[in-house]
This record gives sequence, C-alpha cells and structure tokens, in this order.
Amino acid sequence: MVPLLWPWRATDIDPRAFLSPPSAEHLWGTTQAGRDVLALTASGLGKSLVIGLLVAVLATALAALVGASAAYLGGWFERSMLWLIDLLLVIPAFFLIAIVTRSAESSSGSWWLLVILLAAFAWPLSARVVRSATLSLREREYVLAARYLGASPLRIITTHLLPNASSLLIIDATLGVGYAILSETGLSYFGFGVQAPDVSLGTLISSGSNLMIGYPWVFIAPATTLVVLVMCVNAIGDGLRDAFDPGSTPGGL
Amino acid sequence: MTVLEVRELRVSFPSETGQVWAVQDLSLTLAAGQILALVGESGAGKSATALALMGLLPAAATVSGSVRLQNQELLGLDDREWSKLRGRHIAMVFADDPSALTPVYSIGVQLVEAVQIHQDLTASQARTRARELLELVGLAPATGVFEAFPHEISGGQRQRVLIALALANDPAVLIADEPTSAVDVTVQSEVLAVLRRVREHSNTAIVLITHDLAVAAELADQVAVLYAGRAVEVGPSTAVLGAPRMPYTIGLVRSLPQLDGPVGPLPVIAAGEIAATGCAFAPRCPLANEECRSRRPELASVTDGYQVACSRQPQVEAASPDALFAAPSATTAPARDAAEVVLSVRGLKHSYRRRGRGWDAGRTVMALDGVDLDLRAGQTVGVVGESGCGKTTLLRSILELSRPRAGRVMVLGTDVATLTRRSRRDARRRLQVVFQDPMAALDPRLPVADILAEPLVITGWSRAAIPGRIGELLALVGLSHDHAQRFPQQLSGGQRQRVGIARALATEPSILLLDEPVSALDASVRSGVLNLLQDLQAQLGLAYLLVGHDLAVVRQLADQVVVMRAGRFVEIGPTPAVLTHPAHPYTVALRQAVPSLNPTVRRAGLPQTPTEELPPAALHGVGCPYRGPCLRRAGLAQADRDRCDSEDPALVLLGADHRAACHFTKPVAQ
Amino acid sequence: MDPIGCATFLGMLRYIGKRLVNYLILLYVAVSLTYLLAATQLDPATLFALRQPPVPPAVVEHQLAQYNLSDQVPLWQRYLTWLGGVIHGDFGSSPTGVSVTDQLLVRAGVSLRLLLVGTLAGIVVGIAVGAWAATRHYRLSDRVTTALSLLVVSTPVFVIAHLSQFLATGVNRATGVQIFEFSGETGAVGSYPWADVVDRAQHLVLPTLVLVLVGAAWLSRVQRNLMLDALSADYVRTARAKGLTQRQAAWRHALRTALVPTSTYVTFSVATMLVSATFTEQIFGFAGVGSYVVESIQGRDVNAVVAVTALAGACVVVGAVVSDLAVAALDPRVRLT
Repeated sequence: MVPLLWPWRATDIDPRAFLSPPSAEHLWGTTQAGRDVLALTASGLGKSLVIGLLVAVLATALAALVGASAAYLGGWFERSMLWLIDLLLVIPAFFLIAIVTRSAESSSGSWWLLVILLAAFAWPLSARVVRSATLSLREREYVLAARYLGASPLRIITTHLLPNASSLLIIDATLGVGYAILSETGLSYFGFGVQAPDVSLGTLISSGSNLMIGYPWVFIAPATTLVVLVMCVNAIGDGLRDAFDPGSTPGGL
Repeated sequence: MTVLEVRELRVSFPSETGQVWAVQDLSLTLAAGQILALVGESGAGKSATALALMGLLPAAATVSGSVRLQNQELLGLDDREWSKLRGRHIAMVFADDPSALTPVYSIGVQLVEAVQIHQDLTASQARTRARELLELVGLAPATGVFEAFPHEISGGQRQRVLIALALANDPAVLIADEPTSAVDVTVQSEVLAVLRRVREHSNTAIVLITHDLAVAAELADQVAVLYAGRAVEVGPSTAVLGAPRMPYTIGLVRSLPQLDGPVGPLPVIAAGEIAATGCAFAPRCPLANEECRSRRPELASVTDGYQVACSRQPQVEAASPDALFAAPSATTAPARDAAEVVLSVRGLKHSYRRRGRGWDAGRTVMALDGVDLDLRAGQTVGVVGESGCGKTTLLRSILELSRPRAGRVMVLGTDVATLTRRSRRDARRRLQVVFQDPMAALDPRLPVADILAEPLVITGWSRAAIPGRIGELLALVGLSHDHAQRFPQQLSGGQRQRVGIARALATEPSILLLDEPVSALDASVRSGVLNLLQDLQAQLGLAYLLVGHDLAVVRQLADQVVVMRAGRFVEIGPTPAVLTHPAHPYTVALRQAVPSLNPTVRRAGLPQTPTEELPPAALHGVGCPYRGPCLRRAGLAQADRDRCDSEDPALVLLGADHRAACHFTKPVAQ
Repeated sequence: MDPIGCATFLGMLRYIGKRLVNYLILLYVAVSLTYLLAATQLDPATLFALRQPPVPPAVVEHQLAQYNLSDQVPLWQRYLTWLGGVIHGDFGSSPTGVSVTDQLLVRAGVSLRLLLVGTLAGIVVGIAVGAWAATRHYRLSDRVTTALSLLVVSTPVFVIAHLSQFLATGVNRATGVQIFEFSGETGAVGSYPWADVVDRAQHLVLPTLVLVLVGAAWLSRVQRNLMLDALSADYVRTARAKGLTQRQAAWRHALRTALVPTSTYVTFSVATMLVSATFTEQIFGFAGVGSYVVESIQGRDVNAVVAVTALAGACVVVGAVVSDLAVAALDPRVRLT
C-alpha cells in the first residue's frame, strides 16, 4: 500500500542520504544505512499492528471459551483450568518469550511464534475476567430457564452466556491490542521479539535510541507513531467500556 | 402548622430522545404530624419527587418550582447549605438494598456518624444515642446489630437501621421511599408501626412513597395519586382509596386482589401508552372523550381538601365502579372427574452448606425438611411463606428432575430418580416454569420469536412447524404478531411476563411451576396476568404449583394453600378454610399482617410483640419452627412451652383435608 | 484474645497456609518448566564459539560440565543436579563460573534501592490522582488528567526513559550544571560532606521520576474507575442524606470502600515491580535484577535466567498472599475461613 503513496520502500537504500534529517525527499529523514524512515516506520507500524490484532483476537477467543466453560461447568474442569491460569500468571512471560524467540532461527516470518507466545500468556488474565462475568450470568433467570428447558451446556454457553458477555469481550480485545503491541515492542526493543530482517516499531525505536542525541528523528518518528497508535487503541477501548460496561476496570484483574 | 410546602415542582432528565419529564406541576402541603402517601406505579415520578425534596437528584436533572421547608426555600441551595438541613430537619429512609449501607463500617459507626454530623456530642454520648435509636426501631441490644456489619444483618433489620439513621436528629419531615417493599409482610407491619410511633412521639411529618395502596391505607392520613409525573387525585386516604373519583384510581382499586374480596377474574385496566397531550390516562380510560384527549385536566377541588384531575367527574359520579371496570367472565373449565395426581412429593429434603459469612452463618442448612405434596390436573396449589422459608428451593428441587437428597418426587407417575437423560428430556416437556422477574427471565439479546422457538428447537420440533406454533402461543397469551420481532426491552412488564408464560407453554406441558409470577409487575397489570393464568388453566387443564409471599394473589389462583416456614409445611388445606379460619399461629400472624384497603376492619388485630428475627439456622432443627415469635406459645404453661421447644409438631388433620402442625390446635369448625 | 477471635485467626492461618502450599507447588512447576526451556534453548557453548583464538571444544565441554551446563549431559540429570543445588539455596553458576546466587543478591539490593521510592510514591500519587479525578467527573480537570494518564500508559517505559534523558541533557546544558546524572547508580563524587548521598540522589532522581510517572498513570486509571463505581453506589447517597457534603461522603465512604479492590491492584503492581523495572534499569544503567535477566539471556546464562524467574515467581506468590490478607483486613465481608 505504501508504495502507492510514497516512493520509498522500507528496504530501499538511498546512497545519497545517510542519516539525513527530514527533507522534502525523505519526509522523516533517513537512517545510517540510508533507509527512508517514513517507509521503515510504516512497515514497522504494519507489523506491530498485525501482531497486536492477532494476539488480541487469539487471546480473547481462548479466554472466552475457557473462562465461560470453566464458570458454567464448574467441578474438576474449573479447578484444573484455574490452576492452569494461575500457573501461566506466575511464570514471567517476558523472560520466557525472550528466551524462546532469541534462540529461534532468525528468519523472516518467525514473528508467528511471537504471536502465539504472546497470546499464550495474555489469555489467562482475560479468562479470569470472563469467568467472573459468567459466574454472575450463570444465575440469571434466563440461563436457568434454558437449563430447565433441557438445553445442553454447549448450547447455553454459546447461545446465552457468550453473547451476553460480548460487550465485555470486545472491550477486552480492544484493550488487549494495545497491551500486545506494547509487549511486542518491549521485547523487540531488547532484541527478543521481532527478529531481523523483520522490522517492528520496537526494533526501530531501539536502533533509534542510540542515535537520539544528534539525530533524534530516527527515534522520534517510530516512537511517536507507536504512542499515537496505542493511544488510539486504548481510547477506543475506554470509550467502549464507558458505553457498555461502566462497572469494569482497566488491567482486568 | 405547615412544615413542607411544594409548589409546581418539575423535574426532568436529559435522555437520547430529549428531556424526559419525571415530575410535572406537583403541589403538596404537609402539616406537622401528618402522614401523606404518594402513591403510583413505576415511572409515576415518586422517587424523583423524593430525591428532589432532599436535593439528591443527579447533577444532570433539571428542577424548578418551589419547595419550602419550615418556610425556607430549598431549591437552589448549594451542597453545603443542603448538608446542614439533610438529616437534621428533613431526612430520608431509603428502600432496603444490600448496598444501602457502607459495607466497610459497622452499623454503630454509621449511626454515630449520623448523630455527630449535626449534634455536638462526645463519642460515648453519641454511642448511647445510637443505641437508643436502635431500640426505637425495635432492634434491642441483644440482637447485636450495633457491632455488626451491614452484610451480617437481615433485610428486615437493615430496613430498620435505615429508619434509625433517618431519625437520628429528630427531623421535622421524614421521607420514606418504599420502606416496606423489600421486606416480609410481618416485618412490614412492624415498620409501619414504627412510623406510626414516630409520628405520635415527635409529631414528625411523614411523606410515605409506595406503590402498595394497602400500605398507604394503613398508615396515611392523606393520599396523592401520581400518574405520569402528575398528581391526579389528592385527598384524605379513606376517601381516595375507599371511594375514589379518578378513573385511574378507581381501576387500580378495583383490580387489586384483596383477601376479603371476591375470588375469580379481576377487573383490568386496559393497556395503553401514556398520552403526551391531553389527559395522560386517556388511552386507557373507559370514560375518555375528545375533550380528555385534547385538553389536560387540572386538579380541581371536588370537596374541601379533596382534588381530582378529571374532566369527566359527572360521568364518574353517575356510573358505579363495577360498571366502569367490570370483571371479565370466567372461562369455565370442562368438567373433570377424579383428577389424576400429576405431581407428587414425599418427604422431600434439600440442604446446602452455608459458608461462614453473612448473618445466618451456619453449617448445613436444611432448606427443605421433609415435605409432602400432591398436585392434581387442573388444580392449583399455592405455597406461601416469607423469605428464606424454602419455597423457591422447593420449586428448584422439583425442576432439577433428579434424585433428591432424601424423599421422592413423582412427575406424571414416574419417579424422577429413575430418569435417564432421554426420559428427563421428555419429562421437561411436561413440566415447565414461569419466573418472577420477566426482565431477568428473558435473554435480552434474543427477539421474542427466538425466545419462544428455543424450547421447540431443544425438544426437536420440525423447523417448518415452529413459526406456526409461535403464532399460536402469542395468540394464547394475548400478544400479537408484531411482538414476535421485538426485544424484551421494548416490551412492557406485563407483555414480558406474557412472553415468559408463552415460552413455558410451548412444549404443551401438563404442569406449570410459577415463582411469584406477578410480584415484579406494576399493580395495574397484575390483574390481567392473573386472569390470563386462570383462563389458561381452564382452557388447557394445566396444574399449577404456585409460590408466593402475597396471600391475596395466591388466594386468587389456588385451590389449596400451603403455609411454609423453615423448610416445613406448617399448615395445608383448601384455600377458603386456611385463609378464613387459619389454625396455625403463624398463618394467623401472616393473615393479620397483610394490610387492607379498609384498615378500620383490621386495625384491632395487630400482633402485640415484635417479630423476633432469628437466623434460619436457629429455626431448623428440633422443635417447632415458629416457637420464637409464637403468641399462642406465649400464653401457655411452662411445661407446654417446653414441648414446643423439644418436639417437632406433625401435621394434624383438623377438618376436611385441612392440616396444621401445632401441638395445641383445636379441630377447626366446618 | 477471645475464643471467637482465636478461632478466626487460626482459620485465617489455615486458609493462608493452604493457599501458600498451592502456590509453592505452582512455583515449583513454573520454575522447573523454565529450567527445562532455558536449558534446551540457550546454548552456552556458542559463547565460546566466536572467541579468538578459538577454544578447543574439549575445554569448553569441560568447563560447561563443571557448571552443570553441558548439553552432553542428559537433561534430566542436569535438572536433578540443579534441583539439588536449589534446595541448598545455590542456584548454580554462569558459564564463566560466577555464582548466580551471589550475583542475584547483590543485584536485588541494587534493584530495591532503585525501585522502592519510585514504586511507593507512584502508588500514593496514583491513588490520590485517580480518586480526585473521579470526584471531578465530567469536568475539565478530570478530562485533562484522564487524557494525560492515557498518554503515559500508551507510551512504552523505554520511550519515556529515553525522552527523560533527552530532556535532562537539555536541562543540564541549559543550566551549565550537571544536575541530572543518569548513568549507573553512582558516579564521580565530590569531596563535600554528604557528597555520596547527593551523588546517589542525583542518579536516582530521573529513574524515580520515570517510575512515579508510569506507576501513577496506570494506577490512577484503575483507581478512577473504582472510585466512580463507589461514588454511584447507594451508600454514598445514604451518607449524603445523613448530612455529609459530597466531598465528605466521597472521602469517608466511597474511597474507603474503593480501597478494597485497589489493594489487589497495588499488591499486583508491587509484586511485578522487579520485572517491569527491567527497562528502567537497562536505560539508566543500574545493575539490577532486570538488566541481569537481559544480560543472562544474551549471555546464555541458563542458571541465572532460571534464578531470576524463580525470584519473580516468588514475588508474585507473595503478592497474591499479601493481597488476600489485605483484602481480608480491609473488607469485613471477607472472612477467610
């Protein structure tokens, strides 16, 4: 998409401009390797956004299923799920993901692994929230009515419980996008998340931070883009929450 | 001496559709020591009025008019000035709610705070005063309420605490917003007694807000009937409630089920919208004409101190109430001989473990302690009792259709303990339930058509046949085809309950379990739903097991009545026998506690001692579950009293099919 | 102590005990998993691969085996050796022979010195701002603080840290005095009295400010929502009906009640303090636990990674238990029996 609007691609190298400040030719300047910062930022933005969305969708879907089933079915299933959730919460996700992604083969496309890992550690917190919401919904009379009609647990969960928790899920997913992007960025900053030659906002900020004093544009462009992106996502999530579910809190504990 | 004067009070709230008027042109006068009842249904503007008088409306609300408290204008005061008055000169009792008291402070602390805000007392003086207040509302020190936290006391005790808070500084005006709607009927009569005492003792003026006409009749001197935010009838309570003149009030009074009224179909106020122009009641009024619809009637004096807002007064006087709101004719049931027993319960027990929280912290509580019941086709058994007696547990245990902890349940001749998954599915088709709160009983995300289709889909009806059946069901309960595509939020309370009934009827059941089917509905729609239930029973030969706390409602539908306390049946028999000649002291107390629209008839028989609220754990176990507050026991010799404490009373046959569980009941006269 | 109080206390201990045992099992499983993962994913041998002159494989192997890091030894055997060490409090060594336990203790001290003031201050500021903003709902001051905290929460910590360094450099240059130091914990010390305290303070100011900003922004959002819930509750209306002004009702009743769920968030925040400070440590050059992790992963230090994981996990466990206790202390509705 970007090439249509902007002549430079992220991988293009302009041999005439190394570390040049913003100009008409390179709106946001160039890096020490001669790459156009705007193009790099756009590419990084795309990557970070895709990762964020995928993680949020995966995590929320898993959280919804596990959380609702655990709350409705109860018994050993609930106990074992809670134990699993606690386990995942005790393990410091940052370290584990760092270890795995660092040592995975550096190749383009290894960010899939990152998505799966981030989702794997993000779903437990949401699942707890879904579970407590379902626990209160479970005693609602229309759920009891369905039970006394002879509906199967699967039917009750999918027809009654999850749709009525949908506003909660949407809010959770939206805020999850922001959280996932920040996590990915943090990991990539240290070199743990997205690996070269893939580019994300985190890697860009990291390389830019070394040059901040003297060549600030290499840092400011991706940093500002990141902040604006996450702010928008969070603002949407907050707005949705105020509209739907004024009784919940950010952080989802 | 006038303590409160309200002139043309108007309250409106912003909403998506513009300003919504909650109260319009309300004018009232209240003298010292006078009790004025504001009566109306939900949305009539009662709570908005109460909050406006206290300055507690949300910031978004717009208030205009004049409210003068002892000649001081209240509207327009800022928060600081208001705080000096609130609690000191004008105070409010809220309807009980688990979150009405701050959960992290004990009752004593909150009472002391109420006192110390306005009076300069030392801590120990304030504590003494707080204890006095608790005694005033019937909470003796032995109950331990002073040290307790809000979650540790019962609803009835909480309501009394809320009254004590309001009385802390002897206010001149007390506003009581639905002070009895959340409590049991026996507690209700005591709350009313407390309010009466307060008026006599301190000459406090009371504004009583209630939807219950009988409560207003019991307590109030003056009544103002509100409809759509306006006062439509104002006058002495005996006149307004005994011989009303505004068609709305007439209809309301006529449609109420009364313990001393006739059984059978009740008059109904027609359904209709609230009109924006002209008289708001016109769409539902049997006397409305063009003038009513175009010009809004103002409150006009009919006699001294009695005002009515109706332009058809001459016609009202000429017609009799029976003619205006006639009872529909009853559907006669086809003759049935020796109706079969469709539901049979023997020795049913159910218990659960109470975790160590809350006021009834016990270990294992027997919610059902061995009950026997027979329900026949085409008949209704009504189970009455107060909160915690186990009546809801009874319904739920039967609905589970699984082997009970102890005892036996037979549905249509089959023991539920022998049901397989498949046969249970079949049994569910024949046994259905209608819940109390239609808003909570219908999934807000599904349109009516889907709600009605669900039971059909689950029990395997063919896709093609479903739409037809939905149409049948809607017609059966008096709804039209347009309702099929609407969502529950778009329907009125009465319509929602009809959908709930329709859903229960979808699979052609023989037995219907009804959990307080009309108690969540407004008074003016109750009679319609009750009539519907009676018609359906006659038409379809249904058997009803009805559970409720409202004796008058149960009397309307039930052939047989069961009185329940602490998981046991204490009296069971034909409805006329049990309600006119109650044998068990508890039934007597219940019967007497029910407020009546004609209070002079009843006031003589009020119970003398306050009801002891023992936690359910203390009620279960050996001995009579009613021995605590029992007046009959109080009049016995010591040896007999010990028998009450140590021996479980069994149900003793007294007359035709009439049993009571008391050691000291004489057989009932026929 | 009266009999009922005694019984409740014992009941509480029993409850805590049960939870603790459960969490310890969880911790054990979590740390073991981490060991297995780290031991299989991180290969210390590569550290030596690029050295000049090249180190003979046999020597590398010998050294690694000495520290229980050799991948020639079966995994389960290494695991058991490691476990044996841990029971005695020894978390093993790095590939270069440095004792992990010693390093961890030293670095934990550094981290604590860095984090303590900042985290605690952040909590207090966060609660205060959040509660205050809720009482100003819909007004300009509320909107401004909400927007600002949204901005801060949406910005990664390292961006804030870098920016603060940027600004600090600017201030330093503008005033000509090195007010802010931000490389490491200590630096060049003058010779005046209290010089080392001043020096430490100079180094601490900037990272502490960053921590306060980040912590307060997050907690204020949470607190604001909790406070809004409490403010709209019935008991606040009852309190005002008694004659309390809006402000009195808010502070005495709403805030006190809202503190119950807040305490859970606060303990969570403190429990994860170590991990979340990783960025701050790296950027400001504090040799604390967070940077230890980063260095360990990059340095293929298996034992160190696992040790820090154990520490972080232990913090979470302690945090969970403390949270339960705090809620029980603050909320009379909760009785741990």
